[in-house]
Amino acid sequence: MLLEINDLHVYYKSYWYTLKVLNGVWLRLDRGERIGVIGESGSGKTTLLKSILKILPQNGMIPRGEIRYDGKDILKLSGNELSKIRRKEIGMIFQDPMAALNPVFKIKDQLYDILKYKMMIEGHNPSSKELYEEASKIFSDVRLPDPDRVLESYPFQLSGGMRQRVMIAMALISAEKLLLADEPTTNLDVTIQDQILKLIHRLVMQKNLSTILVSHALGMVYQMTDRVYVLYAGDIMEEARTRELFSHPKHPYTQLLVASTPRLSSVGVGEGIKGKLPDYRNPPAGCRFAPRCPYVMDKCINTKPGKIQVNREHVVSCYLYD
Amino acid sequence: MQDDVILNVLNLKKYFNTTEGVVRAVDGVSFNVEYGETLALVGESGSGKTTTGHVIMGFYPPDDGKIIYKGIYDLSSPMKKRTLELKRDIQIVFQDPGTSLNPKRMVKDIITLPLLVHRTIEKKRIYEKVAELLEYVGLSEEFMFKYPHELGGGEKQLVAIARALAPQPSFIILDESTSALDVSSQAKVLNTLVKIQKELRLTYLLITHDLGVVRNISQRVMIMYLGKIYEEAPTEEFFKSPMHPYTQMLLSSIPTLSEDDEKIKPKEIESVGEIPSAVKPPTGCRFHTRCPFAKPVCSQQDPPDIIANSGHIVRCWLYE
Repeated sequence: MLLEINDLHVYYKSYWYTLKVLNGVWLRLDRGERIGVIGESGSGKTTLLKSILKILPQNGMIPRGEIRYDGKDILKLSGNELSKIRRKEIGMIFQDPMAALNPVFKIKDQLYDILKYKMMIEGHNPSSKELYEEASKIFSDVRLPDPDRVLESYPFQLSGGMRQRVMIAMALISAEKLLLADEPTTNLDVTIQDQILKLIHRLVMQKNLSTILVSHALGMVYQMTDRVYVLYAGDIMEEARTRELFSHPKHPYTQLLVASTPRLSSVGVGEGIKGKLPDYRNPPAGCRFAPRCPYVMDKCINTKPGKIQVNREHVVSCYLYD
Repeated sequence: MQDDVILNVLNLKKYFNTTEGVVRAVDGVSFNVEYGETLALVGESGSGKTTTGHVIMGFYPPDDGKIIYKGIYDLSSPMKKRTLELKRDIQIVFQDPGTSLNPKRMVKDIITLPLLVHRTIEKKRIYEKVAELLEYVGLSEEFMFKYPHELGGGEKQLVAIARALAPQPSFIILDESTSALDVSSQAKVLNTLVKIQKELRLTYLLITHDLGVVRNISQRVMIMYLGKIYEEAPTEEFFKSPMHPYTQMLLSSIPTLSEDDEKIKPKEIESVGEIPSAVKPPTGCRFHTRCPFAKPVCSQQDPPDIIANSGHIVRCWLYE
């Protein structure tokens, strides 16, 4: 077991109210395993990834919960120990490279920084020639053509696909054990998306990394992962092996979500899901999907369902299977 | 001109002057849209599909070519010369309902505006009409008094659709209308679009990059790449036998959800390269720089129109 999350709560505080976003999330990840987290925008996927690295925004707080990574409790680590993990063990591909890269620095400066701090942890202060060589090597790993031009460019001078490759290169520098990918291909065209996904897949296999892929694109998760968690409004609704989840979804939310996805092989999409995500200021007390659920019962409204094991590797949090 | 054609686009060109040179956004595009059908215009970003839609709407005049609407109206003349009646008849639904709805107006005011402009209804019956339009797209009357920020993404897009329906158009351009939505709300919007099309006999030009959506709501598909259309086919046929290498690359790149979907994807082609700049598009077939089957002739001459089947046209030297 590389990563285990139990009962994780994350709140965002503002002057007037508190947003109760994550509501007791659980998750486990074995070494070398690739898992996916699916859910609509606003369901807390990015918050979950950011809490693993403890890089929540300033108003984010974790009132309760446990994140065990490689035998250590992330939430109790000192700043020094955390920064070691961030520099050398866990890498993250952020959602929007245009926002994640600093627009006023050349790619060179941003990439060298990451490389340098990682090498310094290993007790080595690299020369600029070493940095350049290392950067060229990483760029050829992510198949970036013309590394010299890219290094000397500002982010706006690169195409979307190239920026994403730079992001992946940066994440890989620090990802020696775990790679977190937050919607790694949003805003990219399908042909470029396909290239990027194949690239991530190849690198992950090569380096034997464990990965968490977060996305609302079900097709992508289907193709890239072994096991999937379904996150809705800050609660894990279902967990199963990928094929099992998409062929036999159990939770009403998962069922509706899968049915809503347009297929190539058949015409007709499901009804969709009526309503919208709950207000995090005052979320439903019971199951957070209850207000939108077609099978809602009285007890769903008042108490949150626990984990129910439907078969060996399929867990669902729904009273219908109680 | 055939009677069943609502929109006839002939050799349409639209260039933009930029500091880097002339961007050939749309470079000689011809197609017909038939009454009551959904025609999908598919391509990656930068292919010129949105520009095509916007030229039809009259946001900017074309540099060359003709657009004939309903056989008699010429849409290639400047917007100022377009009659109110003609503007009423062609509507558009934009990609991001978060920015296309005025955040300071209530839903009722958003939908009222086109009703007032086009005077399709008496003033005292306006709210009745607004409620009716909302109900039509599956929203209850109480949405009238909400502001856009109180709505979910799908609901906002339904309001945008209600607004487009208000002046009773016969032709609607759907410009990536569902791409900003989550699948759960996208399904609702797609179903609504199909329902109102049947009931009101609307014609849609669906501009999108999502072939899953195309499969579900359109009758015909056109594939656009760097300002030109390279394949055109009825939807069924299109997914059964895609011919142009670019089409095959697009299809093979879609991440699918089941074994059945996987079978549809062409196997022998892999996605490589990126879409080149439209300032200096490649000569000949514009796709030849990324095409694994490119021959010498591809880079020298524009590919010919090859009619593969009834209604299935492909522009590619491979089938010569």
